[in-house]
Order: sequence, then structure tokens, then C-alpha cells
Amino acid sequence: MNRLRLWLLAVGGAGLAALLVAACLELPGFGGDRHPYGDRAVHASLLRHTANTVASVNFDQRAYDTLGEMSILFAAVLGCVVLLRQARDEHRAPPEPAEVARPVRRYALLVLPVALVTGLYVIAHGQLSPGGGFQGGVVAATALHLLYLGADYGALERVRPLGVYQTTDALAVGAYLVMGLAPVLAGTAFLANTLLPYGTFGTLSSGGAVPLLNAAIGMEVASAAVVLLAHFLDQAVEIEEEHGR
Amino acid sequence: MHVLPYLVAVHLFLTGCYGLATSRNLIHAVGCLAVCQSATYVLLLAVGYRDGGTAPVFSDVRPGSRPVVDPVVQALTLTDIVVGATVTALLLALVLQIAKRHGTVDPDELRELRG
Repeated sequence: MNRLRLWLLAVGGAGLAALLVAACLELPGFGGDRHPYGDRAVHASLLRHTANTVASVNFDQRAYDTLGEMSILFAAVLGCVVLLRQARDEHRAPPEPAEVARPVRRYALLVLPVALVTGLYVIAHGQLSPGGGFQGGVVAATALHLLYLGADYGALERVRPLGVYQTTDALAVGAYLVMGLAPVLAGTAFLANTLLPYGTFGTLSSGGAVPLLNAAIGMEVASAAVVLLAHFLDQAVEIEEEHGR
Repeated sequence: MHVLPYLVAVHLFLTGCYGLATSRNLIHAVGCLAVCQSATYVLLLAVGYRDGGTAPVFSDVRPGSRPVVDPVVQALTLTDIVVGATVTALLLALVLQIAKRHGTVDPDELRELRG
């Protein structure tokens, strides 16, 4: 049985490898100069005064795809919340406060505000410099969890009212939709970046709707990451199986 | 070697597939899926690379003064990363439930369905 499976894998893998290598040989050469889509994306981004072309692609030219992407994120978090809920044969036990080495505690509490501000900075400057809602949201969410390293789980739970983060998650998705619908009411296409002035190139207010959509995504990603980590941590730290099972 | 970066992506993908097929541990399998996915990052970024190019961000580069790498594939890679992370989280949550209900994370031991 196992041998047969390995043979099947070897044959299939060799076939797939041959096809993929043949496909690679037909791809345009690495580092080549012809990037028609890239050149057009850069042009469109400059027209709309967005310095970070990747943000322009995500929140202006392909904003509709980003809507799908955030729906995937939202649905995945929802799925995790359902899968990781407390079952009937389990109970919660408050974790014992653990001793934390003093340098770890000091360093974590020192870095926490810095990491939080960095995350917010990355979200706010998404249209100007590398970064944006997705990246900044993750940085901001993980910053909170330095409390878990530096203090203990109880301290993290006090700054993390889960209901608030779940509501924020849903509100951020709703805000993105509303910002998409606003141009429709004004008579243009869904998620078209035409309502707001494009601003001065290279300033915080440039890019029209891009910074706002960036902020909505940042809110969603940050709260989604907090909710996800909270449920995984609950499983590890708080939820215990009933005895005698 | 102008196809080397693409071949690296192929190699990563096949390595991940091998791991997925021979895995005896579901957490290991989720990790192998992440390896498969990282092949797509390498492929996308290799397709978008341009000789002498810099990042497609014009905060300190004057537009038109230097070639920039393809921003479209970079945005696609970002999408890929987000979807990959969420799928990994969902799969790990499933593995956790399987481990709790069946007491094993070996896919070969999960033969029968239990209510």
C-alpha cells in the first residue's frame, strides 16, 4: 500500500515537474524589460497622486479584488471562531500567573508602545511608503501580544475585550463596503476612486480614497489577528478537558 | 541562467507536494502546504523582476528616473500572503479539533468517521 502510493507520487511528481520546467522555459526571461501591466499600473498610480504603486493597485485599480480578499479573511476568522469555541465537555480554568524574567518584562513593556505606533504609522502611510493596511494591521495586533510575553495572560485579556475586536472586525468590512457604495450613489462605478480630491503628491492626504480604504483594511486585519490569536491562545492556556475523559 | 528563479519556484512547489503526500502528521502537512504556497511568492516576484529595478514606490524616487519592478505581481503576492495566512489558521483550527476528538494527528489513523 505504502510502496504503491510512493510510486504513484514519483510518477505524478515527475510528470508535473517535466510540465512545469517546460512552462518555465517559455516564460519571458528573468529581469526582462517588458512589463506592460506594470508600466500601466505605475502610470495610473501617478495620475491619481498615489506614491506607493502597490497600494494604488490594491485599493484603487484592483479595489474590488481586495474586497474579496477581506471577505476571505473575515470568513476564515469566523470559521476559526466556530471551530475553536469551548465545547460542551470542556471548562475554563483561569491560568496561573507565571513568573517572567525581569529583562524580558522590561523589554516587552518598552517595545510595546513603539510597536503599536509603528503599526499605526505603517497603516497611515500606506499610500506613501511601503506598507499599508495589511502589514500595519498585523504589526499593531502582534504589538498587543507583547503583554502576554512581558506580563501574563490575565494582563493581555484586560486590554483585549474580545467582543470589541469582533465588532470592529465586522464594522471595518462594513466600512469598506460603504466606501465602495458611495461612488455608486454619486453616479460612478462601485469602488471607483473618483469622489475625493487626489491631493498633493507625496502628502498624507494624497490618493483619494486609498488612505481611507487602507485604514479600513488596517482595522480589519488588526482586529482579525487579535481575535484569531485570542482563540488559539484560549485553547492553549484556558480551556481544559473535563477530567475522566 | 535566466530560468533559475522560475526553477527555484518549481523546486519549492514539488518539495511541498512531496511533504504533503508523505506526511504522517497533520500539522506537518499544513506546514508543507505553506511551502507550496511560498513557491507562488517566488514565481510571482521572479516574473515581476526587472534588471536594475527598484521598489515601485515614489516617495523618494523621482517618477521615471529609474526602472521599477512590476507592482501588479507585488500586489498579487500580498493577496497570496493574506489568503495563505488565513487558510493556514483555518486548517490549524481543524487540526486542533481533530486532535481533540480523535486523539491523533496522523492522517492514516483517521479512518472511520465518528459523530
